Amino acid sequence: MERLFYFIYQYRAFFTFLVLELFCAWMIIENNSYQGARFFNSSNSVVASLHNFSQGIRDYFLLRDVNAALAEENAELRKQIEQNNQRLQVLDTLTSSDSLLITRFDFVSAKVVNNQVDRFKNFITLNKGEDAGLKPGMAVISPFGAVGKVKVVSSHYSVVTSVLNIDVMVSAVLKRTGHFGTVQWDGKDPDRISYKYIPRHVKPVVGDTVVTSGYNAVFPEGIMIGTIDKVDLKEEALFYDLTVKLSQDFRTLAFVTVIKSQLKHEQDSVERIITDIQK
Amino acid sequence: MSRLGILQIISFFIYLLYQVLILQNVVLFHTAFCFLYVVFLLSLPVETNPLALMGIGFLMGFLVDMFYQSLGLHAFACVLIMYVRNYWLNSMTPQGGYDSNAAPSLAMGGLQWYLVYTMPLVFLHHCILFFVEAGGFGMFWFTLWKVIISTFFTTLVILIAQFLFPGRRR
Repeated sequence: MERLFYFIYQYRAFFTFLVLELFCAWMIIENNSYQGARFFNSSNSVVASLHNFSQGIRDYFLLRDVNAALAEENAELRKQIEQNNQRLQVLDTLTSSDSLLITRFDFVSAKVVNNQVDRFKNFITLNKGEDAGLKPGMAVISPFGAVGKVKVVSSHYSVVTSVLNIDVMVSAVLKRTGHFGTVQWDGKDPDRISYKYIPRHVKPVVGDTVVTSGYNAVFPEGIMIGTIDKVDLKEEALFYDLTVKLSQDFRTLAFVTVIKSQLKHEQDSVERIITDIQK
Repeated sequence: MSRLGILQIISFFIYLLYQVLILQNVVLFHTAFCFLYVVFLLSLPVETNPLALMGIGFLMGFLVDMFYQSLGLHAFACVLIMYVRNYWLNSMTPQGGYDSNAAPSLAMGGLQWYLVYTMPLVFLHHCILFFVEAGGFGMFWFTLWKVIISTFFTTLVILIAQFLFPGRRR
């Protein structure tokens, strides 16, 4: 026993090394799982307020772009309101009277405090947290398209897993033909994302619009993702290799909208019953 | 000694804040990253206790991780290079050995010696960082390209920093 202690003491540097590395490895693995590591990330208030400070300086350089984007979004919304008004006059309003379905989605606007695009797993920090009603799993969109999914919330800040993350998959539909596929980032170009599982018999062309499908209950249906940029079909492949140009430039992300889906819980629990039965 | 210790603590925080507030946003061509904070770890005095070295490495890595949303990743890489560092330093002792209380720096060993000391360690650090983040060797060549370019970028910035702040002369 004494010799064992002596042995450990003699190689204490190596053993400390081993313990620390194992601890780090454990943290890496733990953090990879969906909601691990609640405290030690940038939703922590000290870290977030430092990010907030540095974003405050950067904001001045982005003002022009942000203004342009907001004006564009305003115009788009105004157009939609007008269209809906016109439709209301034509349609009978009695057709959809379930108020729960109408108010199915609630929207919270948030400011981007910290944003990454160049790493393999990118995250975005927002300045709204639990106090604004955010919960893990909510969808985050911008005026131009899908942005990500809330990962961790603290009381005033939250961390969002960006779509530009090699682990994130989003169900997407080819708007023109209605075929479903999955969008996943390959970790290289923050402007482009790959679009998989579109079968051979479909004929996608460059310029086709890709939107979210609403199959996952996180993103509402029809949120813009981007347009097809490159179509590639290998000789004996089952599916196309498609590249989609993202409609949102993630490098200039300044304001985003978090979608609170009131019925997400319900849809999830119904779907879970089905998968349970199938087992 | 205590004055030296206070200086070390201050520079620890300066490097940390500089890394997470400024260099986090400096990425050239989406491939070249700069992790200047490594130079703080590399220029701790030669005779520092290896346990303390690893402790400081872990702390630095952990704090950087909190800002980079990659809990454990930087800490892992830092502890590794801190463990390897002393063996590496011993294997390339200049003639006549190190002065007592010497800190490895450009001024101490000259450009060639300093490059041989720094680049492999920075390369090792970046290898761990990028390959673990990519989750394996799935994108081997792209990741390796990122590692190599980032190693050159970081080393260049380290050299500039060493020229600008030569440290204590004796």
